[in-house]
Amino acid sequence: MNTCRLAFAGNPNAGKTTLFNTLTGARQHVGNYPGITVERKEGQLRHDDCDLAIVDLPGCYSLTAYSQEELVAREVLVNERPDLVVNVTDATKLERHLYLTVQFLELGVPLLLALNMMDDVRARGLQIDQQRLAEGLGCPVVGVVARSGEGRQQLLDSAIVAARQRQGGWQGLQLSYGPDIDPVLEDLSNRIAAAGLLAQRYPARWLALKYIEGDDQILALGQQTDSSLSRQLEETVDQLREHCLKTLNTFPEAIIADYRYGFIHTLLKETLTYPQTTNRLDVTDKIDQVLTHKLAGPLLMLGLLYAMFHITFTLGEYPMQALEWLFGLIGDGVRALLPEGHLQSLLVSGIIDGVGGVLGFVPLIIIMFLMIAFLEDSGYMARVAYMLDKVFRTFGLHGSSVMPFIISGGIAGGCAVPGVMAARTLRSPREKLATILTAPFMPCGAKIPVFLLLIGAFFANHRPLIMFLITLTAWAMALLVARLLRSTLIRGESTPFVMELPPYRWPTLQGLLIHTWERTWEYIRKAGTVILAISVLLWTAMTFPSLDAGSLATFDLQRTTIAQQLDDSEARQETLAAIDRAESTAALKYSFAGRLGQMLEPVSQWAGFNWRTNIALLGGVAAKEVIVSTLGTAYSLGEVDVEEADSLVERIQQDPDWNQAAALAVILFVLLYAPCFVTLVVMARESSWGWACFALLFNSTLAFALACLVYQTGLRLL
Amino acid sequence: MLCSLRQLQLHDKATIVTISAAGELGRRIRDMGLVPGTEIEIVGRAPLKDPVALRLRGFTLTLRNNEADFITVQTEDHCA
Repeated sequence: MNTCRLAFAGNPNAGKTTLFNTLTGARQHVGNYPGITVERKEGQLRHDDCDLAIVDLPGCYSLTAYSQEELVAREVLVNERPDLVVNVTDATKLERHLYLTVQFLELGVPLLLALNMMDDVRARGLQIDQQRLAEGLGCPVVGVVARSGEGRQQLLDSAIVAARQRQGGWQGLQLSYGPDIDPVLEDLSNRIAAAGLLAQRYPARWLALKYIEGDDQILALGQQTDSSLSRQLEETVDQLREHCLKTLNTFPEAIIADYRYGFIHTLLKETLTYPQTTNRLDVTDKIDQVLTHKLAGPLLMLGLLYAMFHITFTLGEYPMQALEWLFGLIGDGVRALLPEGHLQSLLVSGIIDGVGGVLGFVPLIIIMFLMIAFLEDSGYMARVAYMLDKVFRTFGLHGSSVMPFIISGGIAGGCAVPGVMAARTLRSPREKLATILTAPFMPCGAKIPVFLLLIGAFFANHRPLIMFLITLTAWAMALLVARLLRSTLIRGESTPFVMELPPYRWPTLQGLLIHTWERTWEYIRKAGTVILAISVLLWTAMTFPSLDAGSLATFDLQRTTIAQQLDDSEARQETLAAIDRAESTAALKYSFAGRLGQMLEPVSQWAGFNWRTNIALLGGVAAKEVIVSTLGTAYSLGEVDVEEADSLVERIQQDPDWNQAAALAVILFVLLYAPCFVTLVVMARESSWGWACFALLFNSTLAFALACLVYQTGLRLL
Repeated sequence: MLCSLRQLQLHDKATIVTISAAGELGRRIRDMGLVPGTEIEIVGRAPLKDPVALRLRGFTLTLRNNEADFITVQTEDHCA
């Protein structure tokens, strides 16, 4: 045998991914399991004469069917039947980590137990009798230190030997679960074996155990395959459940868990020796006395989050500007090479601007994920969730929701694209979805120029106050809408918080870099393709249909007349430019987008938006940065530089359609309406296209309703 | 004496007696090693008093007060 398929499995924080990275280095590939957002990591390496293909299963505490991670781990084991499962454990917390090990043994997969963090074990004076442990579990045991690579050679040697010995054969561990469970288990597994229920996929005794534990996925599978047998089995389990409740006041699955821990406890009594000294405070406890202190804890956290945010956006500024400059240069080059016309316009305004827009986010994503990976790998992220959980839970969210909110612009000037991606750290599906859907309400960096423009035009004396109120409104809306969603569409009990506070560790540089690179590449690949298509679509909507020949001829005639009438070259240039701008306004008004803007005016005027505003807001769905410049085009100002919007401020102030009430309505609308397309694509990646479309419609409707309310109230009060 | 896990004070030590949570919460609690007979110690509370952090089997775990309500413990310290 020259190839060998291994699966790495284990609890979160066991160092599984670190070991995977140490072994495979850069020879790895990240994808997704079909239909869900759980990552599938694969890597290759060659050891002696054997090619090893390793799949890194998602970290999980158990092999039940409650979370996507657990289901995935189970499905891979059953469907792909790897030659060997390497169960990576934190040897300093062996008692809990072995709980998953026992479940692998029950399933019967060929197993190798890797005792990770042996350096910590030695430092704490723990002693593990690996040979007796191996005998007790009936599988090979190897001690390793994933961070340094210690034990690597022996791990791979033993893995290949074990895989070859077992030849892929499964052999379930037959634990006893006590006098109440055992007879029923025996009875059920005999009936399952006799009927051959799901025999190709699962061992009969394991299936019987899952029936007793009430495993939803297995119950559903049983129903599909043999509904009458399945019903009979379930009846037997119901009787057992009733019996356990009546006589023992507990549940069968709780008894099973007790016996698993009992088995582990007995095994460790013989194999694990604790040091004589009483347990002293370790480093983690000392750090936690400060970092989760009643007063200092929250203050330090706020400081750290602010610093992180500040670094991301100040440091990100330079490469972002460089990219912008580069794409400007490419655009100019294309403009110089190609004759004026639709092709040039498509390449420059559609494709180059679109791709440039997508790549412009890359520096932010890199820096932010480096920092998030650092906070996560070091163990601090779990403390943030711990300290803030009480606040966020009130709104149906989770302590870990804070990070996506802040990055999205919870401190004004963030960006929802990395913000939504940061929601990955949430392991609770409902809370994660509510976070993803509400994070785009935050005032991201691209919305701010719109706010500054309107504040400058109508509230110039209250700039800081209005900006502060905008941020406050965003937080209030995000939390309230989260609460609303969690009690309607994403209803359901909050996911249990039961969570490990891992010891503080220095993250490995390799781990940080691999993690960051994976996220960034995934963004470029997935967002890039969709955004390109959408940029072209939007360009089409704002360009076609082009002005008819008659109107074009009128503008040309004007130009010729001016050229003949005016001699003074400066005045002539200015008038010609004015005609050009009038032409582009007319073209924009005549295009699909322009017509849509005018069509919407009868409705949008309830919120005080005229057709010019409508076009700008429609363009803003592509990217919020476009709003100010499109408004400029619609007001015949040509391209308006975001930094110098003075002329636009004057035009808006003079337009009778605009007033303070309309300005407030537009500010509120821009804050809350549809996330930009890049965000929508990322939202679809993290949840589904259904939820992304929901955000598009729901946020816009909500924003419009509130804008109407503000405008109508404002008209009467201001 | 017997009391709810929620009532324990910082640095109190106790042994778990029963866990009355069913379904997902019950399973999560068991998966993390909280089963009858386990010795625990309260090692911290979040700044807003909730969740609570406990030490068991050599690691630290957090859970919310309303989740701690399902867990009855035996302790020599005083119940609040």
